[in-house]
Amino acid sequence: MTQMDKNTVETSSTDKDASTETESEVVEFSRNGIWSGFVTCVPVALGVGAYGLVFGVLAREAGLSVITAVTMSATVLAGAAQLIAVGLWDWPVPVVAVVGTTLVVNLRYLLMGASLRPWFTRLSSRRAYTSLFFLADENWALTIKDLRAGNGRGAFLLGSGLAIWVFWVAATAIGAVAGGRIGDPETYGLDFVLTAIFLSLLVGFWEGRSSLAPWITAAVVAVIVEAVLPGRWYILAGGLAASLAEVVRSAQ
Amino acid sequence: MLNEVSLTALAVVFGMSIVTYSTKAGGFWALSRIKPSDSVREALDALPGGIIIAILIVRLLNGGPIEWAAGIVVVLVAHRTENVLLAMAAGIITLLVIRGGGLGIV
Repeated sequence: MTQMDKNTVETSSTDKDASTETESEVVEFSRNGIWSGFVTCVPVALGVGAYGLVFGVLAREAGLSVITAVTMSATVLAGAAQLIAVGLWDWPVPVVAVVGTTLVVNLRYLLMGASLRPWFTRLSSRRAYTSLFFLADENWALTIKDLRAGNGRGAFLLGSGLAIWVFWVAATAIGAVAGGRIGDPETYGLDFVLTAIFLSLLVGFWEGRSSLAPWITAAVVAVIVEAVLPGRWYILAGGLAASLAEVVRSAQ
Repeated sequence: MLNEVSLTALAVVFGMSIVTYSTKAGGFWALSRIKPSDSVREALDALPGGIIIAILIVRLLNGGPIEWAAGIVVVLVAHRTENVLLAMAAGIITLLVIRGGGLGIV
């Protein structure tokens, strides 16, 4: 990221069959966009940081060194997968279980990344794939909202992801060093942060009664899958169910 | 001090980061090489809502009346103000006030 100069990319106007309103927008990648993403995400990243503290403590209790814990937060950057990984951690390290579980827990990112397609195909590969490293549940949701609002800030994911990364990594280090002297995030209501972000974003995603069919389908499928399968398959299942329901609905 | 054991641990961390990045980049990578049809585009448009609903429904069902009440506050404030962070703050304050036992709900 040596040059953060304004760089706007437009799609070819031969794209006549483009059906969504987003297809004609300009998506830029600027320092300004990074900053907007960062600032917007800081309050959310504070909540993420609280879990970083908990992760740091748990990682040390599971026998990881401070260096290993901090490296994991800096390079993996996936809260749920990391917490589950330290839950599985043992000596010798069950490599297949840890890496395999990480993959399964993170499969939902495939869908989240796919949903960025309308905007990210207009960024250079380097920018798109650098930004995607910083994809996490919280900043993905904020980014989708920002992009859908038509602000055209292609750097929003990177900026908001950097906020998450800074707080997550620093908090992991503090938690790992400080050990068990840290309280339960529930005391401060931080367990509710993700629920609150997603609920308020959902209000903006409502498109009237046409949203009803995909959303109800997603809810029903997610509840069933969560009851039947372990882990986070229900997120993947819910997303796919909504897609399928939407395709069926608009075909009618 | 990097002894043999912590090198193994770092190798596992490296494996975790590879598979995680594959999932973060893979969905976009696959869809950026093909030109999606109209149905695929509709399906993609419906994805974010579906993912969010799936995460929320499970979290809310695992919670209780306190989380539901705070959730209602979030939705109301978000609907009024269209401000994600304000809605989030209102929800957390509601949650803490009720958890603090002040209102005697639950």
